[in-house]
Amino acid sequence: MGLKQSLHNFKVKHQDKKWLPAFSALFTFLYTPNETTHGGTHIKAADDLKRTMNTVIIALVPCLIFGIFNAGYQHYLALGEIEASNGFLGSTFWTLDNFWLGALTVLPLVVVSYGVGLAVEFVFAIIKGHEVEEGYLVTGMLVPLIVPVDIPLWMLAVAVIFGVVIGKEVFGGTGMNILNPALTIRAFLFFAYPTWMSGDKVWVHGAVERAGTPDAISGETLLGAYAQNSTLAGIDYWDMFWGLIPGSVGETSKFLIVIGALFLIFSKIGSWRIILSTIIGALVMGLIFNGVVDAGWISNTSKFYGLMSVPFWQHLIIGSILFGAVYMATDPVTASQTNKGKWIYGFLIGFISIMIRVFNPAYPEGVFLAILLMNVFAPTIDHYVVQGNVKRRLKRLKVKTA
Amino acid sequence: MGLLSKKDSKLIVDPLTDNNPITIQVLGICSALAITAQLKPSIVMAVSVLFVMGVGNVVISLMRNIIPSKIRIIVQLIVVATLVIIVDQVLKAYSYALSKELSVFIGLIITNCIIMGRFEAFALGNGPWRSFLDGIGNALGYGVILIIVGFFRELLGSGTLFGFKVLGDPVEKTGLYAMGYENNGFMVLPPMALIVVGLIIWVQRSRNKALIED
Repeated sequence: MGLKQSLHNFKVKHQDKKWLPAFSALFTFLYTPNETTHGGTHIKAADDLKRTMNTVIIALVPCLIFGIFNAGYQHYLALGEIEASNGFLGSTFWTLDNFWLGALTVLPLVVVSYGVGLAVEFVFAIIKGHEVEEGYLVTGMLVPLIVPVDIPLWMLAVAVIFGVVIGKEVFGGTGMNILNPALTIRAFLFFAYPTWMSGDKVWVHGAVERAGTPDAISGETLLGAYAQNSTLAGIDYWDMFWGLIPGSVGETSKFLIVIGALFLIFSKIGSWRIILSTIIGALVMGLIFNGVVDAGWISNTSKFYGLMSVPFWQHLIIGSILFGAVYMATDPVTASQTNKGKWIYGFLIGFISIMIRVFNPAYPEGVFLAILLMNVFAPTIDHYVVQGNVKRRLKRLKVKTA
Repeated sequence: MGLLSKKDSKLIVDPLTDNNPITIQVLGICSALAITAQLKPSIVMAVSVLFVMGVGNVVISLMRNIIPSKIRIIVQLIVVATLVIIVDQVLKAYSYALSKELSVFIGLIITNCIIMGRFEAFALGNGPWRSFLDGIGNALGYGVILIIVGFFRELLGSGTLFGFKVLGDPVEKTGLYAMGYENNGFMVLPPMALIVVGLIIWVQRSRNKALIED
């Protein structure tokens, strides 16, 4: 009798216990349960919810590992202890020192995110008496990747509780939520504790506690600098693409995000329509702003000039638009469901992201707000796409009968 | 309540619990969002509405047989407006700073749907004493929610209650702030008031399942 069978027997033996959902959550994480469906549907596919979630997590792991190294790298670089890395494989980036410091700052974020989030899920599963839902697996991985590295852990815990309860459980749990829970958590953090979520200190480990002392270091992101009509010294486009820049933990490396995106597209987990249309939307908005600058409608004294004059394609490699497009906008629950709807949904996300980025100098990164906004509108988009289809087919019917 | 008959005391108790104007009837939400960032304005608002509703219900009830039904809304509006102006003038005379803080929202009591709703639904068809109780009851039910929301929003959003720094000083880092606690800026924003009201509704309905409507 194998391990799987004995676990199954254990489950049968204790099937009326209150804590059983907690056990089966761990059990089915790696094993397919022995039960078969009893109702009408007998469609079987290997990619159940858990498999889907695991695939996304695999796609996120490179970003996490890079984020760990980058946290250490940015810290030591800001202190002036190491030379700037020369490209993705530069000798000063993949060092044990960077990894060690990064792991000490980033892994607690992961632990808190998963620990608190899963605890909330387990509590709700036990109260409501249903199986623990897998939805938090991806959310718990996304959350540490989209916060600044120095965010206090208790704030993260509060935000995770808020995000999971208000963003998901009140709507009925995984699959019923209107808003992306990971972004709800980020939005909560941003509005509740703005000093920890934006500005020129939080993005590099150690910058906050050193502020105001002689050892002060800058922890500004590129977007923050652009919004002030300035730029960061010593960063070229390749650094932005490889991700050797300050930013939220996991969103800096566009290279790894592209790889993750390809992985998601080929495994058919992520919708290529949404990813592509988001990028198109961002490029179009960038082009419009470039056009405004070229036409001379605003001068370089305008507070929007810094970001408006950024070449349109650069918007993709500064900030987190790519990360949002690949991992957030494609969330199958909160995105549009129809193919045509996905194009509209993605396009507007990219379009609005860049618009917020440029027009709100106080908060340069608008990607999460744009995605949340479109999450709300996704059902409306779907409704009109479906209605449009119905109308067209009715028309065709009339022509035939007439 | 020895003073009141069972039927009369129901008029006061019901709006406080199972027929709360905010959490059950979902009326008067706008003012609940606007002025509950702190406890003091919440209480002033609750008291103002208590006065307007108590007196207004009695006045309407006394006039109920002489108001032509075609123009009853206009008459009701005039009664509320008169009472609101009284409240507004009293506040301006005796507590100018607070009246500044509440700004238009005292004036907007006129549009508070709870008041017009009670005039229409109750005072037009009942005697002055029962109308008075109904007005007081609904205003209390409204005020209780306002005060609960105001309490949490001020405590978590600004770390104060009635302006006293109960959690310590955020600038000098005393009390809770010494341990790294920070005020939740989201609490001060109106959307959070909606979420707090939502949470109250959630708690209330999961304690009494009969209140859940489909």
